[in-house]
Amino acid sequence: MTTTPHEVRAAAVFFALLRRDVRVARRELVFFLLRTTMQPLLFVIVFGFLLPKMSFVGRGYQTALLPGILAVSLTLSAIQSVALPMMQEFGWTKEIEDRLLAPVSTQLVAAEKIIAGVLQGIIAAVFVLPIARLVMGPIAGLTLTHVGEVAAVTLLGATAFSAMGMWLGTAVAPQQIGLMFSVIIAPMLFFGCAYYPWRGLDVVPVMKYLVLVNPMVYVAEGMRGALTPSVPHMPLAVVGVALLVITTFFWILGMRSFYKRAIG
Amino acid sequence: MPAAIETRALRKVYPAPSAPKRRGPAMGPPMQSPVASAAPTDQARGEVVALEALDLDVTAGEFFGLLGPNGAGKTTTIGILTTRVLATAGTALVAGKSVATHAVQVRQRIGVVPQRPNPDRSLNVVENLLFHAAYFGIPGAVAQTRAMALLGQLDIADKAYAKVDEMSGGQQQRLMIARALIHEPQVLFLDEPTVGLDPQTRLSLWDILRSLHAEGRTIVMTTHYMEEADKLCDRVAIIDRGRLLELDTPAALKQRAPGGTLIEMTIDGDANRVADRVRSLEGVLRTETQGSMLRVRTDRGGRLVSPLIQAAEEGGASVHNISLIEPSLETLFVARTGRKLD
Repeated sequence: MTTTPHEVRAAAVFFALLRRDVRVARRELVFFLLRTTMQPLLFVIVFGFLLPKMSFVGRGYQTALLPGILAVSLTLSAIQSVALPMMQEFGWTKEIEDRLLAPVSTQLVAAEKIIAGVLQGIIAAVFVLPIARLVMGPIAGLTLTHVGEVAAVTLLGATAFSAMGMWLGTAVAPQQIGLMFSVIIAPMLFFGCAYYPWRGLDVVPVMKYLVLVNPMVYVAEGMRGALTPSVPHMPLAVVGVALLVITTFFWILGMRSFYKRAIG
Repeated sequence: MPAAIETRALRKVYPAPSAPKRRGPAMGPPMQSPVASAAPTDQARGEVVALEALDLDVTAGEFFGLLGPNGAGKTTTIGILTTRVLATAGTALVAGKSVATHAVQVRQRIGVVPQRPNPDRSLNVVENLLFHAAYFGIPGAVAQTRAMALLGQLDIADKAYAKVDEMSGGQQQRLMIARALIHEPQVLFLDEPTVGLDPQTRLSLWDILRSLHAEGRTIVMTTHYMEEADKLCDRVAIIDRGRLLELDTPAALKQRAPGGTLIEMTIDGDANRVADRVRSLEGVLRTETQGSMLRVRTDRGGRLVSPLIQAAEEGGASVHNISLIEPSLETLFVARTGRKLD
């Protein structure tokens, strides 16, 4: 009855794991998009449509806001699509077990999760861009000519936050999930230069340098540099280096934390 | 017979619960809580020794039981053998591969049924099997055939397209067995597979395990139900506080139980009337009386029944009732540890 198994290639296991996550994500796509893009889209309606119409903010604000909104969607979705399942699957249900028993290294199981999170982050950003543009109307200075830069910022940003989601999802106790949103994620979004450009903080210099510890700043500024280069922004080279460092940092942190939870 | 499992001086020490000084957010609860309060602790450092120099050999095709109370180290042993827990010291080979250095190859060769069903709740029943098969590199068509056959064999074919949450606890446990089998592992591990199941479901699970064993699979099962170990296992290791106490066939272990078989005989009137006569019989180790009941411990088992009745009748008493209580693994366990199993 038992057979001598042929060794399975790691890549085959990896794609099987990814296929599982894609299947589940596709099934929950509507809920996923609602969960991760509702908040940024509401922000678009109020700050990108209503307030300019009421003349409380100038038309130029939309140009500064749009890249930030994309960054928020990307961040929220990448973090959530890894952190929430990790909390659930390592928690009471222990569902992760069948994947931990797959004949592949534990690190690859974690890497697959992060990559699935990257894909979901990108999907959220791609979903939000046209809707935001539609709600806000024509946006002065919006250009899609720097596709390569947009893609690079999106990919690096999604990876950084997906890896951060891995860390949070495996290190934060499930009962602290509310705390995680209010103490870590909310400040990150509000001080992430999403709703105002970083150069605008020239007026509050202390803050301008304090927010540099916030990984979100580099995604928002990177989006600005790539999508609306006319708005003063951080040099893209700085953004690129910062995102690489942040991604590496959270990748290592996330991997370690996953391994610690997975192997006793 | 080749060895399916071989452990040498296997030791596991869990570090002291993390000190208050922590970096980053609070750690969540650990994935497993294999050590109950019964495990010895190193008071000085707060370390918990879950396993102490465990040597085990399981031959291929064997149904092997790990019997012990909660906190004995059973789950830690299974954890190490299934590559989910790192041993502190010692070696463990499963299907000839080291769990420490060849974890991936070990995973390829084992199936694991967890203590509590942990199906993938985002997938339906058959998807649970198909994706698990895919993780093991089994082609889709083969997986589909095997999945349907297993669901049929385990009597849950009608639930194939149901959500996992729509299944009862017993059905979910069967799904776990199907999942553990779909990649045709050489060694099947079951960690307390019948905990929390009703007696009827437990019996049908026993039948399933028996038939898997009959197919020639190596099965390693932990349990703290001695009856389960007794009825199913070829050999049983009794472990307590991380140490191996006894290792043999259930029958041989029971033979080692102190006092052998217990015979309870009820007569008309005071049992003391016949006690002296009984004590002189060959094979009687000890007697005690309680009203009209005489308890006899013997190493002759059932062969003492007719001499007993004869002795009672010769003493002028008539026997109302006589019953035989076989030595059990529990009697042995109590004698070895001074504690009951659960």
